[in-house]
Formats: sequence, structure tokens, C-alpha cells
Amino acid sequence: MAVYKRTYRGYSGAITPSWSRFLVLFRFSRETLFRSKVQTAFFVLCFFFPLLCLLGIYANAHLSVFSFLGRRSEPLLNINGQFFFTYLTVQSTLSFILAAFIGPGLVSPDLANGALTLYLCRPLSRTEYVLGKMSVLVIVLSWITWVPGLLLFAVQASLSGWQWLADNLWIATGIVWGSFIWILILSLLSLALSAWVKWRIAAGGLLLATFWVGAGFAQAINAVLRTKQGYLLDVGNLVAAIWHGLFRDGVNMGFSVTEAWIALLAFCGFCLLLLMRKVKANEVIR
Amino acid sequence: MPQANQTETTTSPAAVPATVTAPRDGPPVIELRGLSVRLAGREVLRDLTCSFSGRTIGLLGPNGAGKSTLINTLLGFWSPSAGSAHVFGSDIRTEAKKIRTLIGYMPENDAFISNMTAVSFIRLMAELSGLPSEAALERAHEALFYVGLGEARYRKLGTYSLGMKQLAKLAQAIAHGPKLLILDEPTNGLDPPARQRMIRLVREMRDSREMHIVLCSHLLRDVEETCEEVVILKQGRVVHYSNLEDERRSNRRFLELELYGDTERFLEAVESLGCESAPGARNRLKLVLAENVEIRDIYNIAAAQNVQLRRVSFRRDTLEDIFLKAMENTNGGL
Repeated sequence: MAVYKRTYRGYSGAITPSWSRFLVLFRFSRETLFRSKVQTAFFVLCFFFPLLCLLGIYANAHLSVFSFLGRRSEPLLNINGQFFFTYLTVQSTLSFILAAFIGPGLVSPDLANGALTLYLCRPLSRTEYVLGKMSVLVIVLSWITWVPGLLLFAVQASLSGWQWLADNLWIATGIVWGSFIWILILSLLSLALSAWVKWRIAAGGLLLATFWVGAGFAQAINAVLRTKQGYLLDVGNLVAAIWHGLFRDGVNMGFSVTEAWIALLAFCGFCLLLLMRKVKANEVIR
Repeated sequence: MPQANQTETTTSPAAVPATVTAPRDGPPVIELRGLSVRLAGREVLRDLTCSFSGRTIGLLGPNGAGKSTLINTLLGFWSPSAGSAHVFGSDIRTEAKKIRTLIGYMPENDAFISNMTAVSFIRLMAELSGLPSEAALERAHEALFYVGLGEARYRKLGTYSLGMKQLAKLAQAIAHGPKLLILDEPTNGLDPPARQRMIRLVREMRDSREMHIVLCSHLLRDVEETCEEVVILKQGRVVHYSNLEDERRSNRRFLELELYGDTERFLEAVESLGCESAPGARNRLKLVLAENVEIRDIYNIAAAQNVQLRRVSFRRDTLEDIFLKAMENTNGGL
């Protein structure tokens, strides 16, 4: 119907499958994601370190290039679990900052002016809403963590041969799982905080503060009680403990990997609880 | 005029406080069977049993009567503590998603994303209702033009005036072509011309016969101008149901006259046509017109009997009268 024919008419066309509705949220959120130049610039910046690593891996495999320098053909870098652990540490730090930029802008605009009611009065559940919003963070953060990580691993495998690949396949598992754990925690926390603190900038700041305050609190407990169990309150340390397990470097954080898993699960549960308390169409006024 | 409330489709609150059934000739739009809703330990809706099939249903009641809770329950936001509710035959407990596909909802409060343009916002909402991307975009443009925001559709919603935001809320509610449109206080905060525009749109949509409309308002005039059926809630109970169309039709037959001349012969002539009369003081007369008698006949009799009609007035119950009676009859006053 032409828009100038201003009469009401119903809709009798095709309907999209119910399961695909959360992807609509992903698409619309993604469109607004890189409107900020600073955000876009930072996202691009996140690819510099993987690029540097790529150059390092390439140079390491082509040492003859440096023969004119009179250098002996000793490896420049040890491309092993430690190398990829360092890679993941740097990229996870960058992804943390990127999540502080992106995360709060996903839920808070919907809550600020009551638009959430309009989402939930449609055939979209609260879980689908959270999934849709989370998928934005998961995909964007994946682009700067495990995707380039796996690419680096693949390049190294192609340069070193099948034997290296077979011996070090656990590194690829570590990259993927380590990244996923980190992304999941960042996504849940940033969405939960932005649901409670509707001002976007404050929510971003709170995300950064949660990690730093948690770390400080953990240090204080350790100092007062002369223990290392305080680190269980530091999310960064919990993730690091699991990563050390995944990358098999034998570093002891003062608590077991199982304890770290339990603490992280409790943390995720708490974030979900915060999120579900706020992601509602209406609140009961007592 | 006590007879005005004695029509078949009007339920006196004293007679049947919570059980009303509208006449229907198809599956009911909304059917409540003993519906109770408890929020924060308080029973907000109590044992509602109603069935509505009309095109436009007005939901009236004082603040805290449970109007919004009823709407939220139909949308699946609250779960019933007892009883059940069906929308187009679908149970709100088990088929909430299906029901939401059929419903368009315009909430009372602000509901928008301030940094989105109107067309993007409406498109997003239409897509979430299940429309494919291209169809959603087309419908978003159409809906915005229809409500009168065509020229402002690329402006961010945060820059809209209150009246424009109301229209944008209406546009998002109709963009996906719902079968049931729920409007919660649609004229809130609108100036008279904007209110007129909103009422006209509601009437047009009603007359398009593409959808049923539930209009929840505390402005009786809005309901009176747009609705066929009215349900009045008080303290979580249905205290009155009336079919306004029937009310209007029946009330049209009540006349108040002031005569000068030979009233006796005039009365005899009028009663011979089957009309009921009740003489009052000072040549005043109340008439209940018989079915086949028109007002013209009364004028003709007056001319034939050489009686002057100095005042003729239709007396019909306004919705306000009905509302006030409903409020008074339940527990002795407002």
C-alpha cells in the first residue's frame, strides 16, 4: 500500500520463525555499535597485538631472513602454551575495556524510557531478550579473542607441521574455552550492571570498578586473614586460575581450579539473578 | 429514569457483581473464568468471570481498580493466582507467545528508545512481532504515516513532544497488524486537537473491522466516544457491564416534556399509541416511547390536540451516570 493512502489495514503476510526473533535484537544492536568513532578506533586497535603475534610467528619460522644480520638460527620466540597464554591475557584486557564501552549501551537505553515493556509484550521471552543482547557482546568480543587466537594457532600449525599440531591441540582448546569463559563473564556482568545502572557511562565505570574493587577486597582479606582464599573474590584471578589449568603451566594461585569453577559459577548465577530482577515488563509497587 | 439500566445487556452491580456475559456470535475476544491475580501479597483481581466479543471494549475504573493488572495479565506479565483467561481461545498460561503475536499494546507510560529514529524503532518492534525485515520496514512507514508522523519519521524519538510520543506508541502497537489492540490511557497528556485525532484514529481502526480494541481509560468521554461495550472494575471486581450501543438505543426512547394546553387529551392520545407516561408537576410529563413511535408522532399529536410543547428533551444516561451508579451501588459511594 502506498504510504499516502492513510487507512488502516491488517497484516496477512509471512511470519518469521519464533526461534529467530532474538537475532533481530542482535542485528539492531550491532547497527548502533560502531557509531562512536572512539569505539570503532579502539576495536581496530584490538587487532594490533594479534597482528604483532602473527609477524612474530612468521619471523620465527623464517629465521633465514635474518641471516644477513649475522644472527644464528635460534628461535626468536617459543611458540607454546605460554605464548598463547600471554596472547589471551593481552586480548582479554582489551576485550574488558571494549565490553565497558559496548555492554552498558545494550540494555540501559531500553530500560531508561520503559521500552522493555514493548519488547516483552511481543512474542519474545526475557531469556530471548538477554540472549539477543548478549549475542552482540559474544560475537564482538570473539572477534578480538579466540578468532584471531585460532588463526594464529592455525598459522603456527601450518608453518610447523602436523606433528606440532598433534602435540599442541590442547592449546587451541585452551584458547577457545578460555576466551568463552571470559566473554561469558564480561557479558553477564556488563548486562547486569547496565540493567541496574541506567546511565550508560556510570554502568561502564562500574564494570571497571567491579574488577578493581574485587581485586582490592581480595588483597585486603588475604592480608588480614593471612590466606590466599581471598582471591576467590577476585574474578580476574578466578579466570586466571582456570586459564593456567587450560594452558597447563602449573602455576598455583592459592586455590584449586575446582574452587575457581565453583566461585565463577556462583558469580555468573549472581549476575543472572541481578539481570532477571531488572529485565521485567513491569515491577510490582509494594 | 430507573428503567434505563434494566435492559437485557446491562447488568446491575447489585444483582450480579462479578459475573457478566456479553451476547456473542463468535468466539470471545477475551474470556475470564474466575480469574484472580495476587501481587505483593494483595489480591488485585478477584474472581473475574466475563466474556467479551465486541469490537471495542472500554475498561473503566477508579485508580487501583485493577485495569492495568488485567491488561498485564492478559499479556502474560503476571500469572493468575486462580482461574484462567483466554484471548481468542488461547490460554494465557500456556499460549502466551501465541497471544502476544495477536496483540498490539500501547502502554500508559513512556515507552521508547530515545536515540532511535521513529521508523527504526517501529521496524524493530514489527520485526520482533514476527514480520520479515522488508515487510516490517514497509509497515513502519505506513503506520507512521497513518498516525500522522510521516514527516517526522526520521527524527529521533527523544526529540518528540508528548503528543508525538503517544502517536509513536500507537504506531508500534499497530505496525504488525494485531487482531487485538490494547490501548492503556491513549489520550493521556494530549491537548484537545491531539486527543480528537487519537479518538478519530481509534474509531477508524474500529470501523476497519480488522481488529478488536480494548481501551482502558479514566476519561469517560474517550470510552463513550469509541466503545461499544464497557466494563467497570472496582477493587478488582467487575461491578458493571453495559453494552453502550444498546444503552444508547434504549435511552433514546425516553422523553421529558413541558406542555401548555389540554394535557389530559394529549396524554390519552399518546397512551393510545402504546407509550407509557408519568405526569409530573407544572404540566411536565415523562414519556417512555413505544417501539414503533417516533418523536415526530408526538409532535403530530401535540399539533392535533392544540397543545404547545414548550420543552422537549431527551434524557439518557451518560456514561458518567452509569459509572457513578456503579461506584455507589457496590459499597455505598465513591
